[in-house]
Formats: sequence, C-alpha cells, structure tokens
Amino acid sequence: MGNYLSHNEEDIRIMLDTIGIGSEEALYSAVPEGLMLKGLPDLPEGLSEMEVRKEMKKLAGKNKVYDTVLLGAGAYKHYIPAIVSEVIAKERFLTAYTPYQAEISQGILQSIFEYQTMICELTGMDVANASVYDGASAAAEAAAMCRDRKRSKVLVSAAAHPDTIAVMKTYAWAAGSELALIPEKDGVTDLVALASLLDDKTAAVLIQQPNFFGMIEDAEKAGEIAHASKAKFIMSVNPISAALLKTPAECGADIAVGEGQPLGMPLSFGGPYLGFMAAQAGMMRKLPGRIVGETKDEQGRRAFVLTLQAREQHIKREKAGSNICSNEALCAMAASVYMAAMGRDGVKQAAIQSASKAHYFAEELGKAGFARLHTGEFFHEFVTKVPCGADQALAALDEKGILGGLKLSEDTILWCVTELVSKAEIDLAVSVLKEVG
Amino acid sequence: MNTPAELKYTKDHEWVKEEDGLFVIGITDYAQDALGDIVFVNLPEIDDEFDGGDAVCDVESVKAVSDVLTPVTGKVVEINEDLLDAPEMVNEDPYGAWFVKMEGEITEDLLDAAAYETHCKDN
Amino acid sequence: MELLFEKSRPGRSHGYLPACDTPVYSFDSSLLRETDAAFPALSENDISRHYSALEERTYGVNDGIYPLGSCTMKYNPKINEQCAALPGFTDIHPLQNRDTVQGCMEVMDLLKRDLCEITGMDAMTLQPAAGAHGEFTGMMLIKRYHELRGEGEIRNKVIVPDSSHGTNPATGAMNGLTVVSIPSAEDGSVDLEALKAAVGEDTAGLMLTNPNTLGIFDKNITEITRIIHEAGGLCYYDGANLNAVMGVVRPGDMGFDCIHLNLHKTFSTPHGGGGPGAGAVGCKEFLKDYLPEDISAAYPGVCFGENSIGKVRSFQGNFLVAVRALAYVLSLGREGVRKSAQTAVLNANYLKALLADTYEMANPGLCMHEFVMTMQKEHKETGASALDIAKGLLDEGIHPPTIYFPLIVHEALMAEPTETESRESLEKTADIFRRVYEKALADPEAAHHWPVSAVIGRPDEVTAARKPVLRWHSDN
Repeated sequence: MGNYLSHNEEDIRIMLDTIGIGSEEALYSAVPEGLMLKGLPDLPEGLSEMEVRKEMKKLAGKNKVYDTVLLGAGAYKHYIPAIVSEVIAKERFLTAYTPYQAEISQGILQSIFEYQTMICELTGMDVANASVYDGASAAAEAAAMCRDRKRSKVLVSAAAHPDTIAVMKTYAWAAGSELALIPEKDGVTDLVALASLLDDKTAAVLIQQPNFFGMIEDAEKAGEIAHASKAKFIMSVNPISAALLKTPAECGADIAVGEGQPLGMPLSFGGPYLGFMAAQAGMMRKLPGRIVGETKDEQGRRAFVLTLQAREQHIKREKAGSNICSNEALCAMAASVYMAAMGRDGVKQAAIQSASKAHYFAEELGKAGFARLHTGEFFHEFVTKVPCGADQALAALDEKGILGGLKLSEDTILWCVTELVSKAEIDLAVSVLKEVG
Repeated sequence: MNTPAELKYTKDHEWVKEEDGLFVIGITDYAQDALGDIVFVNLPEIDDEFDGGDAVCDVESVKAVSDVLTPVTGKVVEINEDLLDAPEMVNEDPYGAWFVKMEGEITEDLLDAAAYETHCKDN
Repeated sequence: MELLFEKSRPGRSHGYLPACDTPVYSFDSSLLRETDAAFPALSENDISRHYSALEERTYGVNDGIYPLGSCTMKYNPKINEQCAALPGFTDIHPLQNRDTVQGCMEVMDLLKRDLCEITGMDAMTLQPAAGAHGEFTGMMLIKRYHELRGEGEIRNKVIVPDSSHGTNPATGAMNGLTVVSIPSAEDGSVDLEALKAAVGEDTAGLMLTNPNTLGIFDKNITEITRIIHEAGGLCYYDGANLNAVMGVVRPGDMGFDCIHLNLHKTFSTPHGGGGPGAGAVGCKEFLKDYLPEDISAAYPGVCFGENSIGKVRSFQGNFLVAVRALAYVLSLGREGVRKSAQTAVLNANYLKALLADTYEMANPGLCMHEFVMTMQKEHKETGASALDIAKGLLDEGIHPPTIYFPLIVHEALMAEPTETESRESLEKTADIFRRVYEKALADPEAAHHWPVSAVIGRPDEVTAARKPVLRWHSDN
C-alpha cells in the first residue's frame, strides 16, 4: 500500500508514449513468457505506514529489554552520548553512497579519514582501513593478509571469541588453508603450546585481548614467540580496554583488529557492528577494503579520496585479496563521534569504570561464595563458579529485570560489567545471587 | 616512443638486458605511456622461482593493475627496491627503472628494437 | 576544511559519565599503555558544528537523483528508520535467551519467508553483512555441495562472464576456485557457444546477474542454467539487479540454485556512505543444510548443523538492516513489490528514451532497470570522456551515473534512475545530461577541469596513491 512511487495514470501514459510501447507489461517483453510469475507473489497485502508502525512495534514488544545488563561476551552495553545517534541520523550521511565521487563526498571521506586516525591512535598502529563487517570477519581478513605461497597455516587462541574462531575457520576452509587452535590454560592462551605449534608454514598467530573469558593475555610474550618463527602477530582487541591497556603496537602486533561495537553502537541483537583493522606500515597494501587518503585538488586545496584502489575487487577482480566492497561506514562514523565526544579522558574513564565495577562485582561475588574460575588479571569480564547452578542463578536475576551473564557450563557463568551498571545494581545482583546460593 | 637498440623486447612490452650472466627486466616506454602514472610496483621476493610467461610482478596505476610477465624461467636474484618508494621512476626513465634481475634461461623468442616498434605500431 | 584534531583545544570536554561509584581499580602499570590515545578535546557544540559542516559537503539521496547503475539508490523510507530505532530492537543483546527475543526471531523469519517467495528459493540466511559477503557465503554453499559429493577437488572452476561485477571473480578466488572468464555478447548476455566450451567436469558453477550489467534480461537464461546443471555445476544468482524483476520473475524459476540479495539496494535500506548493508543468501532445498546458522546455538563451542559451512559473521548479522527491509516489504505488499520493479523499468526506459538522441546507447531498444551509454566516439574525436560528463553533472547539482563499468563497454556511463523518481525529476535529469553533453563537446578542454562549483576540484589521485597519507599527524 505504501509504495513510494509518484506516477499517476497520465504520467505513465506520457512515458509509455515516449518510449513507444503500449503498456507497462510490454516493458518485460524480453522475458520469456513461461518465466513470468503467474499472478502476484504470495506476500501479504501492503500496509499503510500507520499499520507498519503498529506491526513493527508489536514485534519489538515481544522482546525483553533489561534495565541492568551483566552480559557481554562480544557485545557490550556502554553509555552512548546523545550526539552519536543524532549525527549518524543526518539524512545525507545516512543515504549517501560509497564516496567514489570525491568532489561531492568530502564530508564522508573526511569523516573516514578522521576515523582512520582515531583507530591508529587507539591501537598505536600506522594505518587503518575504513572498516569491515565486524570483529570476527576482521580477524578472518587479517589472517588472509598474512598468508602467502610459503606460509598458509594460521594459529588462533582457543580463548578468542567463539564466533571469531568460527568465522576464521569458515574463511580458512573456503581458501583451502589450515587453521589450528592454540589451547587455553587457566583462562589464557597456553604459550608453551603456542611455541610447539609454530612451524615454518605458520603465517600468523591471533590472540584476543582481553580474551573471551575477560582475561588479560601476556600479548607481548605471545608476539615474541610468533615473531621468533617469522609468523605475523595479530591482536584482536576490545576498543574500550585499548584506551587503557598496552596497545597492540606496544605488544609488537603486526595487525590489530577488533569489534568496534562498544564505541557508540547499541546492542541491536547483533548488528550492524563494526570491524576495525589497523596495521604496521609495511602491511598497508595488504589491508582489505576501502581506505581514504589525503591529497590536494588542482588548486592546491585539501582533498580526501578513496585511495590504493588497485588492491580492490573492482580493479583486481580474481587477484584481489578480498571481495569486500560495502563496509560499515556509518558505524565507523558512530565510532568517530563517540571517540571525539568522549575524548581521550572519556574513553579511558569508560575503561577504568568498567574494570573497577567488574572488579568490585567479582569481589562481592567471591564473598558470596561465587569463586572465580581463573587466577590471572581480568578487564571487565570474568568467570565464576555458580554453586546453585547457572540456570537457577540467571532465572533469579531475570525476575528482577537483570540480564545475567553467559552460561558457559552448568555451573559457570561469564559476567560482564560496564560503566552503565551502578553500584546499587551490582549490590542488588549480588543479593539476589546470595539468596539462591 | 623510445626503444633503445641494445635491448631485447617481449610482445607483452617488457624489455630484457643480459648483464653479468643475469637477465634484467623492466617495462618499455610504450608500456609506461599506455599505463599512465604508475603508483606502485609490487615486486617478488628474492629466490622466488618463475617459469617463462609467469607474472613476475605487477604495476599499479590509479585505476588499473597490470602483470609484468617474465620471459625467463629461473630465479629472482635481485629486486629494485628503489621503485617501492619512487614508482614514478618507471614513468620518468623506463629503461633505467629495472624491476628484477633473474638467473635462468630465456624461454621465448625476443624481438629486437625494430621488430618491437613494428609490433607496437600494429597494435 | 579543518579536521576534528585541528579544532581540538586542551581541556575541552563534556561530562558524559558520572564519577565512579565503586572503588577505583588500578591495574599494574606494566599492563598500561604508555601514552593516551590522542583523541580530540572538543565541546559538544564543536562536534555538532563539525559534522554539520561535513554533512554540507556530502550528497545524499535526499538531495536529488542518484542514478548509479547497479547500485539501486532508491528513496530510503523514514518509517523504516523509526522502526529500526525502537528500543525493543536496539537494546536487545544477541545472546539473550531465545524466549526473550521472540520478536527479533519473528522479524527474521517473516523477512526470510518473504524473500524466499520473491526469489523462488526455499531457505534463507540473514547472516552475511553485505552483498559481497553474501556472494562469498553463497559460493561456499556450492563448494560444500561438491565437497560432500566427493567432487570438491575436481570441480574447482567457476565461470564468470567478463561483464560481471568485480566481486564475482574475487569471490571465486576467496573460495579457492579458478575463475574462468567467458566473453559476453555485445548486449552483455552470455555467449552460449563460449559457455558450452567452458563447462566440463571441472565446473563448480556459474555466477551471473540477470538482468545483466548492461540492463538486458538474458532471454536464454533457462538454457544457460541447463547447460551448467548438465555439466554437474550449480548456478549462483548475483542479486544486484533484482530491483528490475522482483515480483515479476524469480531467480529460482530461471534455474538458479542459490542467490544473494542486497537489502541496501532492492529493499530500500540506506547505504550509510558505504555501509552497513546486508546480503541475505537464499538457496534451494538441497543446499539448505549447508547454510550458516542464524542463531548461535550454544557457548562455548559454536554448534552448527553437521554439514553447515560454519559462521560467516558473529551473532545474527546486521539485524537492524533486516528490520528496515521487513518494514519495507510490509509496506509494499504483493502488489507494491511488482509495481516497484515495473516502475523501475519504466523509469529507466523513459530516461533512456529522453537521452537516446544525444548519447550513444550501448544497446538500442528496451532495457530493464538500467542502461549503458558510451562516450567512446566522442572521446576519440574530441577528448571529452565519460569522466568529464560525470564531473559536469556534479556542477549541475546531480549525482553522476556509474562510469567505466561494465568493462566491456568503453567510456561507459551506466544509469539506474530507480522507481522512486518522478516524471519531472527524470525530465529534469535528461535536460541536465543533454546540457552537460553539449557543453563538454563545445569545450572539451574546459570539461577536463570540471567540476568548478564543488567544494573541491578534481583531486590528485596519483599523489594520493604514490605517497599515501592515511591519517592525521600533529605537526609537533
């Protein structure tokens, strides 16, 4: 019913006359008769805008929105300044195409250049691309950047996010190359096992910081071990913790990737999110996807363009390293606005507060008999044992409108706390858990 | 079009010079002109092995990539790393801006300067 | 224009977070970064104005016609944005218990059902995040199919016409397949003899878009898919051009085994300056078991159907894009879907008819949703190029068509007006196209320096690529 079309019958008649055909059906005269759909497709009747709104609201109403979220595991609920959604809702940013026509796309191009700069600042790396789909595909693309004829095996930590491992596995299978897991020990990557898995066919090693269990890895050591075998070292990092903890560059990483969702994107049942990728200068031309560069126009004015395009599929076709074209540009803009608004102190504050609250929660849980499963340092996620059983604990929290952590096994839960969760909410969660024992 | 008489040429617009038992390979003036501004040269690694007719490296302009085919079956002994920072040398001095030096054997009939010029005109 | 960083002033900030209400935790200094990330220090007003200025330097679908061929830049309905902003969608964690996300799952199910009906497929996944991602996923289904039949090693070639989108051969390569490029007939359609010569025991499949990149519906389509199937290969439909035929002809009926759709083209979700999009992938029943799972079944250790290719993206894909696409399909309904496609074809033919006296068309006669013009003759005779025309259009305040694509047409200008343009808009566009053509031919030398009224003139792309400056550095 709502169809976004504007022709009336007279318009259509004039247009058909100009084209020189008698009816709209004749437009499809090139389609073999037998192929044409008989009748209309079996879809519902079109709805008015008011009905669409009602229908979609009804659907949204079937989901449960929690006031308190203690679940992370790859998707994190941080505070998002109001300006973020206002900026990315601007009609031109929302509706523009990829900025191939630089002269009328300086706004988008400049915003990507600023994003690239901030991702470089965050990771300490030299160059960044304009984004890929999400953190998991960023990890898979990073692995592909490192493979060559001589080295094709990639090692990934078993303590990385399960989706990251799964996506890397899919990409590796497609390419016909090997992906092997580095085992986990006490919640962190087993670096002794890493050393024994490395060989002269290993192209790269990927570890996640903080890892899936929230633990802080000895990334520098992992990097040293990888480099000793001439393998590249890839780090997948949480962008909030990256504002506080040692940067991938300081840890010796050749490539830094990650899930950018915590930088101003809502949870959104999993997407759209943002895969960020940054690398040392020597790997610049291996980066997949779009990259914006600064140059000048004919009159010497500052100008931004999509550059190094010869890497990409529309030019290199089957020789391109990746087929990516559409990316997550608007999410990258959300991340830019987030980082600019929060500023260097603000992003760091979000990191410090998340970690502080998580440590407070862990301590209170410990006192209540929910002991941590691992011994090492963690950031804003941690695993505890749950004496009463995970299901019972999560159900009790649910009743109070609290989304509990992720059940890892019958009696362990992965918890997450961000700056959004107040001390009172933490205390409430602890008291609920104490009750179920 | 500049076509030095002392060099040999392939039909795919590479030039070859024999020097101290090695084959020095680059692209011709005709090729650099057709490609336009070269923005990057993607070089192989030393010790990489190729068969005659393989792409030994590729050159990028802003909106195109072209393979450079080697007429030599053998091994890369030296690469011209200067091109990595200054790809414009290929446009400015195509016969000075060599890409690779290879050891091995020539596997195709190379053209002399006159024959190569005729070949370009016919295209 | 100044960058955010250049506008930064020490000490400027805005209080977004309260003080920490728990004890502040200090990490061991050996774990901390040495220097802070140098994000800019700005007031919120500074930031707001900065992005308003950037918006001024951007051209969106709301500014005017955006006739980019193969990109389907149609109007992006506002109601879709409102639906995607509902807290019942935005505030849902992807790992919540299934009984608390029934609405999200219903959105995905409804959309999948409708997309299956529109395409003639039996199953659909919404996990791929973009068209190219969908192609990659779809071709993996084909790879998996051959692998499970013990033919994975032998069937290692994918056939792609030379008029195809660059993503097709790149996708083949990502799947470890050798790409066999076959020449197209002049109208971009598949050369049947070349196809027959190319198929064999090593054929994994064919990747094709129909209508093709010249805007022509390949009338031999059932013969083409039959040739591939008889050789033991499968047929992949690149849905980039589905907008011409949705509700009219179905890829499933043409003989395709799997497809991807660009929800950000055909289903009206906005492009966002390059993304996010979504690349729903559909397939016939016999490939269904290989699809990636949409819902992460269990953690840790991701579970899939035994034969699934695995995951291609974390969680469920670009869910909010699916919300927008569903709102769109609900609005259109069965009649609107067909009417939209029909109007897209009507608009393309009308614009083509208005321009046919001025521009040389790559193909005469009727087209589907897009058509290709060529400046080959003019370029040879006067030097005026497709690029000059495109830049001249910028000066007239409209977005140019796709240029230099498809590769088989020299000096190509590929225009796709979409169904949401009115008759007046098409007529005005035609006037502008004609005017720019005349101006370019009258003074080709001047045309090489167009645009003159945009915020910048032609950028120096050679220096940008030779000496890449990919981030800002402070002077000190």
